[in-house]
Amino acid sequence: MDHLLTMAAWGAALLQALLYAALAPLLVGWIRKLKARLQNRRGAPVLQPYRDLRKLLLKEARVAHTASPLFRVAPYIVFVAIWLAAATVPLVAVSLPTAAIADIIVLVGLLALARFFLALAGMDVGTAFGGMGASREMLVSALAEPAMLMAVFTLAMSAHSTNLASVIDYQLGAFALRPSFLFALGGLILVALAETGRIPVDNPATHLELTMIHEAMLLEYSGRHLALMEWAAQIKLLLYGALIANIFFPWGIARSFAPIDLGIGLAVVMLKLFALGAALALGETVLAKMRLFRAPAFLNLALLLALLGLLSQVILEVGA
Amino acid sequence: MNAPVALVLAALAVLLALLSSAVSVFAVRAPRIVRLLAMPLFGLAGLAALAAGLAALFQDGVATATLPLGLPWLPSRVRLDALSGFFLGVIGVVSVAVGLYGPAYVRGFERGRDSLTALGGFAGLFLAGMLLVVLADDAFLFMVSWEVMSLSSYFLVAFQHENAANRRAAFLYLLMAHIGGLAILLGYGVLASFGGGFAFEAMRAAPLTSGWASIAFVLAFLGFGMKAGLVPLHAWLPEAHPAAPSHISALMSGVMLKVAVYGFIRFVFDLLGDVQWQWGVAVLVIGGVSALIGVLAALMQTDLKRLLAYSSVENLGIIFIGLGLALVFLGTGHAPLGTLAFVAALYHVLNHALFKGLLFLGAGAILHSTHERDLEQMGGLLRRMPWTGLFFLLGCISISALPPFNGFVSEWLTFQAALQAWQLESGVLRSLIPIVSALLALTGALVAATFVKVYGVAFLGQARSRHVRRARQVPFGMRAGQGWLALLCLLFGVLPTAVIGVINGIPQQLLGAGLPQAAAHGWLWLTPVSPATASYSAPLVVVLLALLAATALWSLRRGAVRRVRRCDAWDCGFAPPTPRMQYTATAFAQPIRQVFGLLFHIEESVGRREDGTLRYQLSIGDRAWDLFYAPVMRAVESASRRVVRLQSGNVRVYLGWTLATLVVLLWIIS
Amino acid sequence: MNIALLPLLQQIVLVLAALVLFTSFVLLAQARLVAAIHAFAWQGALVAAVTTVVAATGQTPHLYFSALLTLALKALLIPWMLHRLTRRLALDRHVESLRRPALVIMAAVALVIFSYWLVLPIVQQELAYTRNIVAISLAVVLIGLLMMVFRQQAVAQVLGFMSMENGLFLAAVSATAGMPLVVELGVAFDVLVAMVLFGVFFFQIRESIDSLDVDRLNRLTETTEEDEAIPGRATTSVVAGEGG
Repeated sequence: MDHLLTMAAWGAALLQALLYAALAPLLVGWIRKLKARLQNRRGAPVLQPYRDLRKLLLKEARVAHTASPLFRVAPYIVFVAIWLAAATVPLVAVSLPTAAIADIIVLVGLLALARFFLALAGMDVGTAFGGMGASREMLVSALAEPAMLMAVFTLAMSAHSTNLASVIDYQLGAFALRPSFLFALGGLILVALAETGRIPVDNPATHLELTMIHEAMLLEYSGRHLALMEWAAQIKLLLYGALIANIFFPWGIARSFAPIDLGIGLAVVMLKLFALGAALALGETVLAKMRLFRAPAFLNLALLLALLGLLSQVILEVGA
Repeated sequence: MNAPVALVLAALAVLLALLSSAVSVFAVRAPRIVRLLAMPLFGLAGLAALAAGLAALFQDGVATATLPLGLPWLPSRVRLDALSGFFLGVIGVVSVAVGLYGPAYVRGFERGRDSLTALGGFAGLFLAGMLLVVLADDAFLFMVSWEVMSLSSYFLVAFQHENAANRRAAFLYLLMAHIGGLAILLGYGVLASFGGGFAFEAMRAAPLTSGWASIAFVLAFLGFGMKAGLVPLHAWLPEAHPAAPSHISALMSGVMLKVAVYGFIRFVFDLLGDVQWQWGVAVLVIGGVSALIGVLAALMQTDLKRLLAYSSVENLGIIFIGLGLALVFLGTGHAPLGTLAFVAALYHVLNHALFKGLLFLGAGAILHSTHERDLEQMGGLLRRMPWTGLFFLLGCISISALPPFNGFVSEWLTFQAALQAWQLESGVLRSLIPIVSALLALTGALVAATFVKVYGVAFLGQARSRHVRRARQVPFGMRAGQGWLALLCLLFGVLPTAVIGVINGIPQQLLGAGLPQAAAHGWLWLTPVSPATASYSAPLVVVLLALLAATALWSLRRGAVRRVRRCDAWDCGFAPPTPRMQYTATAFAQPIRQVFGLLFHIEESVGRREDGTLRYQLSIGDRAWDLFYAPVMRAVESASRRVVRLQSGNVRVYLGWTLATLVVLLWIIS
Repeated sequence: MNIALLPLLQQIVLVLAALVLFTSFVLLAQARLVAAIHAFAWQGALVAAVTTVVAATGQTPHLYFSALLTLALKALLIPWMLHRLTRRLALDRHVESLRRPALVIMAAVALVIFSYWLVLPIVQQELAYTRNIVAISLAVVLIGLLMMVFRQQAVAQVLGFMSMENGLFLAAVSATAGMPLVVELGVAFDVLVAMVLFGVFFFQIRESIDSLDVDRLNRLTETTEEDEAIPGRATTSVVAGEGG
């Protein structure tokens, strides 16, 4: 443990946490710009999400008469939980103390904490929209969580650890074409689409009640509360992107805290994230949003992929 | 010299419980005695039990004593080792909360028709029975205390006996408790016949063949599993727990189910000793199925206490998943991993007692304040009962296994134990265990959905009925009881290394190995296997969450935008939202009901009544009744009908049966 | 056996074999007939790829020809024939979903674990790699048979039968580096003939029982079933009346 408690390590961890908060709107802006281009529009500038956040932060917050104190506290809890969860995923450097504070299961737990309060906030005001969003969100998450944990188990059974830094080190160590990782990647991508509320599970740009899940829970929020919730959703997207990019394609991540390594790490991860963002934009343009009761089939596919990953790991990779 | 101190404290606890029971006899004349004397004595008994438990956990070694009770050739022995101490502590903690909560709650019964003597008397007996079960060192004292526990809880379940549903629930409970007790007795019988005596010492040394050991295991699993509420023997739980008064429900769900777990651990891990991994697979699978069915059933309920009862089924399933993993690892020769799974199961025992006790006490507070158990009538209670709302929220977060509370730690430990499955040699086990873990993950997500539903419908939004709108804050005692448990939930979530350090003595004594690595890197880091494998620092997570929250609050609440303006909720331009427009509990669970509906017997119908209004009817039945109980009932009935033919009504035929039996017995004895 | 220690070609074979297993799951659960035929085509292509990679390890060059044959037959010709058949039978847009998909998938997973457990006694370390692929192939065969049990549509049954054959071929190629060329040619043409016969018979079946649902073949026998009502059930009722 001692090698983690150095000032350099904590400094890098702090830098990485700030990077998460800073880069998340950029990723979202990039995806929106690409989608617009694919739809033959010019689209808003890539930095527009920053302007949107700033606008919201400066506006007055309005709270319904029927809202309880939980309504005002929830945005902070959601934002902080997601931010802390993101801070544990190695973005630029691998061996960070935050990865030792919270492993993958704690990460899933922190995301669950954020989701719990988000759903409660949706139910707080006492309108039908919030209840609907909360109910649907809990359905999607109930089906996505076993798929995610199964994919995590597949990784952990190979790497013999749930510590994200150990898993990335394992991947960097002995390179092999593993069918289990391939399936886990497929499963994790589908879970990420469901959890971050992207097409085909949820439409992040809609405000029609028939199609809302995440937006429905946020409907009553305004001002700085809404800014926190939106920012949290953006950080969550960046979190999943970094998870997929750095676990399955970890080459280029900094293994020491020398500035040159950190610089290369940053450049490489931004490249990977832009590539993932482009793939997401393409996927969202090509696919259509499914109706809610087709989401179980989608998530069952994710679970099947994760399950096949596990079986491949047990049968094909260890085999003895 | 801690050993006698622990025993003395335990004896004090039992005596105080019996005293609390005796004092209630006078409640016939002075009903206030239950509130003023019996309940505080109950709380003191809990405190003594807690102290005894802690003393036993910190001591090194085992304390035994022989009581002047019991059969002439078998004096009753009590034994206080680390395992008993742990369960004494669990009983004590919840009993203290009930002792704080009880006086104010019981006041509501003083003007009713139900007998307070029964309430106070049987509550004390119930506690005494549970304490003696945990302390017993021979089968006779164990079974007697077990019966006392079951019978006194039967009377408590049937407390409000004017309601026919309560009577039926109590009868079902009594029936199943006795069937379970019979199975346990038979299990002890097997051990006693091989060991040559009823004392646990003799049973430990019994030379069992693996076949008979399996038979004893199956009997014990049946008996203790029935009492613990594992599927498919769980049918009594959702009937009995809601029927009892709320503080008794807290005791039953929070503590009595744990005593069943204690019995199972004592029987299998201690008395049987040499475990086989096949037992572990059976326990694992049944635990997993119980967890899933329990939580799905809980999600579909609209009666708050019934929902909490089904949730107990689910949590007991999780405990048995941990125990099953421990059996698998121990049976295949991986003792340290078995210890890890065992500690995870014990931690969950403690956690469930805390948060289920808290939730039931909260449900009791709602019942006390609004006389309502139906979720569909509640709403907006957070603003009317802020303290209860806060404590109930902490309970909901804990049971949903969210960091940084205690529920998360035991779930994390269970997952870590399951992840060590890669060390097993058998490929089949290496695939089975992760699949059960995925089931556990599904259960965890569904629990979060259930408690979002409960909290969102009951405490948030707007009140759905007039009497709920008039709810008031509950008295201080009730709040204190809940607060005590909520504080412990937070504490045991933030300081897991301390708790594991205390629990560590139990596997040390029972299984021969502890978890040295768990706190090896200081109190900050929980590293059950090794730091490279997994580590979790709950205090740091809390500190970081608080730090980030403070930063966010400070930076965002400055300047002119600090204001918050109140307005109406968004109503699409139509009339302002009424309470009827909110999501109901049934509506919230509908998507999940639709996806998982095949596991239950669901009947939905929409029709028109005579006056033209629409009527929606939803009936959700437990498939266990159709698949398991109904065939068993039919078989028992047909067998009884055949036996009834012995009753011919003729005196000479009866005398003939007597003669025949006498002749056969004489022949056997000769 | 540590996967990182295997040569690259063998790792590729493992990945391809795992993908074949995935396609057999897709075949099992896919509701739309045309998509199922495409999944079968992909399965054939993957098996051909495995054959190519095994041929590339150099031992048996005739496997290149075998791979080409498999590709032409299993990935192109037979799917085309099936496609033409479904169009002529007007089943293009036919969607037939499993009644309890979750249970069927769980059964398929259980079959995978079972086939692994079956081949475990082959303990020689050098053969661990081939033994594992035999486990996957056996699982593909069993899942093909499971598909024939649970799918009612006749064309889906053909797909199940063909995927069984794919599994057997995979086992032969990876475990014993192929069969003698004569045997392979014989099997390939047998499969082709079977396809033609299926095509002819489907029209006959449809003419006699007016549907291609295999369950309806039992119209030739008389069976009656009674349902019994089971008493005794605990229910929770939610009655929410709604004002007019």
